[in-house]
Amino acid sequence: MTRERVLYLMGGISAIWLVRNLYVMLLALPDEVEQGAIYRILFFHVPSWFTCFTGFFLAAVASGLYLKTKNSLWDTLAVASVEVGVAFTLVGLATGSIWARIIWGIWWTWDARLTWALITCLVYMGYLMLRGAFDDPTSRAKNAAVLCIFAFTSVVITFKAIDWWRTQHPGAVLSIRTGGGRIDPAMEQMIYQNWPALMLLAAVLVAIRMRQETMQRELEALRRRTHAF
Amino acid sequence: MKLLREVCVVAGKDLRSEFRTKECLNAALSFAIVILVLFSFAVDPSSEQIREMSGGLLWLAFAFAGALILNQSFARELPNDCLDALVASPVSAAALFLGKAAANWLLLMIVELVCLPVFGVLYNMSWLGQWPLLLLVFLLASWGVTVIGTMFSALTVNLRLRELMLPTLIYPMMIPALMAAMQLTTVLIATSGVPPEDWIWVRLLVGFDIIFTSLAIALAEVVLLG
Repeated sequence: MTRERVLYLMGGISAIWLVRNLYVMLLALPDEVEQGAIYRILFFHVPSWFTCFTGFFLAAVASGLYLKTKNSLWDTLAVASVEVGVAFTLVGLATGSIWARIIWGIWWTWDARLTWALITCLVYMGYLMLRGAFDDPTSRAKNAAVLCIFAFTSVVITFKAIDWWRTQHPGAVLSIRTGGGRIDPAMEQMIYQNWPALMLLAAVLVAIRMRQETMQRELEALRRRTHAF
Repeated sequence: MKLLREVCVVAGKDLRSEFRTKECLNAALSFAIVILVLFSFAVDPSSEQIREMSGGLLWLAFAFAGALILNQSFARELPNDCLDALVASPVSAAALFLGKAAANWLLLMIVELVCLPVFGVLYNMSWLGQWPLLLLVFLLASWGVTVIGTMFSALTVNLRLRELMLPTLIYPMMIPALMAAMQLTTVLIATSGVPPEDWIWVRLLVGFDIIFTSLAIALAEVVLLG
């Protein structure tokens, strides 16, 4: 099976999975007692954050491996993961904001978790900006890898913010962190089912971006070779 | 011991060259004071509220002025290929990085220690009550700021948009240190001591300094030598 077909297949499975999840969310699961219908946005909000954190973790590991091996494949994986991670960060911020508008009556509050989420987004946008500022691919890959490792600290702080500070953002609800009792099992199950579907979508996007990045690298090399003569 | 000697040599070289021209120091000092003056137009300088904002105002001025010092840290080595000569010298990358960071730290501390009394006079505020703790906060937070800033200054030294890229990258990364410094400075200026619940900010500062200094030392060779 060609690479394209595998990607189409993964994309198709992800789409079907997401549609099936939407059906369950909207038609099978009842409204939440206190929050009403809006709680369903959490089925995208929480998995989006898990997906972007996974992307940033992958990028940090790939950056470390690039610095160790100098293999450009790792740099390609890092930039693709960060780009997709930033997209999911924006989804997480947007869904969180919509939920906050309905539940808290405000779009945004300068609470530790929200602030750190925004900082993480800015740090990784800075990473993408830094890449754009370099002409030489080797310097670009090296410096971006260093920044990517530094940037991961903001992911850790964002994740732990609800434990370290008293936040308006709700505390941990998933039973793997609380031992259970904070969320209905059927609703928690839905979060776990939507996460792999979004992860599959993210994997397809990362693979596409990696191919584009490889092609761009080849084009840059060709252009440099042409200018050399 | 050898590392310490190398760090002192690099820091001494940077400080000597800076004190000969006072290029960055004068620019950073004037800039910080201009910012402190500008704040008086944004908020009522005679109000009681200013005391609760003192940490934020001071550290914003220090962060903006610090960027001027950090920008020049590696950029001053570019003419005559001095950076290549430094990298080729028998000094380890970690010593080179720590030496530059130490010089920047001292320069930033000078800016802070000059600005603090100026701030006290302009905004009619007494800051001497808790000065040993305040000094400790300044030392810890300034080190955090300079470690991040020096590392990113090395990352962006060869960019055309260096002056623009450095602040864009460093400010989000510095936020933990700045946040803790703002909080603690406000508490130390506005009240008579650090309440127990605010000691978390001191721990955050120490943790920030340890984590980023270790990361920077580990990655210094990659960044400076390639």
